[in-house]
Amino acid sequence: MRGTRLFIAVFLIPPLLLYGIFVVSPYAQAFQIAGTDWSGLSPTYDFVGLDNFRRLAEDGYFWNALRHNAWLLLLLPVVTILLGLFLASMISVGGRADRAGVHGVRGSAFYRVVYFFPQVLSVAIVGVLWKEMYAPHTGMINGFLRAAGLDGLAVAWLGDPRFSFWCVMAVMIWMNVGFYVVLFSAAMQSIPRDLYEAALLDGASRLTTLVRLTVPLLWDTIQVAWVYLAIIAIDGFAIVQIITDGGPSSSSDVVGLRLYKAAFADGQFGYASAIGVAMFFLTLTVAAMFLRVTRRDRVEL
Amino acid sequence: MAVLTRPRSSVPVPSPPRPRSTVPVLSHVFLAGWALLTTLPLLWAVLSSFKSDNEILTDPWSLPSRLRWENWERAWNEAHIGRYFLNSAIVVTGALTLTMLLGAMAAYILARYRFRGARVIYYAFVGGMMFPVFLALVPLFFVVRNLGLLGTLPGLTLVYAAYSLPFTVFFLTAFFRTLPTSVAEAAMVDGCGHFRLFFSVMLPMARPGLVSVGIFTFLFQWNQYVLPIVLMQGEGADKRWVLAQGLTALAVNEGYRGDFSGLFAGMTIAMLPVIAAYLLFHRQFQSGLAAGQLR
Repeated sequence: MRGTRLFIAVFLIPPLLLYGIFVVSPYAQAFQIAGTDWSGLSPTYDFVGLDNFRRLAEDGYFWNALRHNAWLLLLLPVVTILLGLFLASMISVGGRADRAGVHGVRGSAFYRVVYFFPQVLSVAIVGVLWKEMYAPHTGMINGFLRAAGLDGLAVAWLGDPRFSFWCVMAVMIWMNVGFYVVLFSAAMQSIPRDLYEAALLDGASRLTTLVRLTVPLLWDTIQVAWVYLAIIAIDGFAIVQIITDGGPSSSSDVVGLRLYKAAFADGQFGYASAIGVAMFFLTLTVAAMFLRVTRRDRVEL
Repeated sequence: MAVLTRPRSSVPVPSPPRPRSTVPVLSHVFLAGWALLTTLPLLWAVLSSFKSDNEILTDPWSLPSRLRWENWERAWNEAHIGRYFLNSAIVVTGALTLTMLLGAMAAYILARYRFRGARVIYYAFVGGMMFPVFLALVPLFFVVRNLGLLGTLPGLTLVYAAYSLPFTVFFLTAFFRTLPTSVAEAAMVDGCGHFRLFFSVMLPMARPGLVSVGIFTFLFQWNQYVLPIVLMQGEGADKRWVLAQGLTALAVNEGYRGDFSGLFAGMTIAMLPVIAAYLLFHRQFQSGLAAGQLR
């Protein structure tokens, strides 16, 4: 059995080393650093206990950022999933209904390919692209509004604290919807078409079939989608940093950006780690809440 | 899909005629609307990359008066988009290879061999999916710096691979468990060693799983933003920047200099290869991703 032991060791040690050094040890250190006043420059630091967290609780910027993440958590998954379900059901069963049953629309393959574009562009490209889209003079959005004679609506989208955050959220919805259309329409392929046929024969409207038939049958997939989107909502860093950098006057700030600035702009590594720990517990709370809310009987076919 | 392609003549069941529905038309209106919303911004960027700055400033919706490839030249040479693209490609290729190899090795052991501690190791890997990257950001910066890997391509490659392991191990462990044991047993009886069994029997059998998780990992790594901007700092690191940083830096700089056409050209250069690759492999992309999420 020595050969087997050796084999296990040879195969397991390299991945464990890599994982231990770059993933496990940083996560473990984060909790420790969160309890210090380390500035990164000096090799010495003092343990300050929970001071960083006390400071966090009184930090208005942090709460402001957290409020934006809360909005993202509330709206991003819901809007994205609803749009995704709506478009996916049009692709899968939005076509004509005849003797052979309910059909998908023509060109469904085309839509699926195109909808996926934002997903394959890297998030940096999406960010820069939309920053230009929103630009007050050279942007496509204001160009369109002016061409349509709506000059009054052609405002500085990202320069106005009233709009900046919602503009950023719109981009996050834009870049994610396509993926979930593809995901949901793939899952819908496994729903027997006779079910739709029967429901429509019984006089159900298309909307009813979506709410009463598709949603319960896709419930597992929708849960997975919600989890992924919630993770994106708790993060939100890349798009915000590229498009607005949290501004103007912190009107689109998110927690991830707070952490990044505390660490790499202000050198407050202890405090930044405390924000990281807060983000971790936020993730845990959301996961726990999610598990409570979505516990619901599976519909088996 | 089988239902869709079934010849209609084989279904001779008469059914009452139905009124012509407006549903398909409506479907197309909504679907085409979203398709337009998705593609217009991209098309706009491509078109703007051929315009002069003056044309961009006067009317964002106008067409370019001629194809100005010099914008692309400027973006490639002066803004170094070509170099950043190459750096990104090197890092993602290396990291993807490393992730697949190490991930498959660990997953195979965890799925097929029983030994003390196997469970702990499995949960240590899978648990990594629960933690936000931000929690690790500060210590990771110092870990990488202390190893002398800050601002280097190998450093970024290792970090990308490490953070891709949890999902890869989770997915491939499940996949290796589904493979039949009879083939492996037969090979062992024939005197095949552990290593040969893995590389010439099990890996080829796991191909569909590897493709799925590979595509998922590729997108994860290609989409990275916070890891490169934190880890590619320091002296001379701008030569080794990846696309994510290069492009955002370009957006900031060109904004000051007013070189809008150069920025659009840079964006287009960064966009086109990925879109082209995706169009070639879109079937694999989509089925792989769907499988990755649905599991």
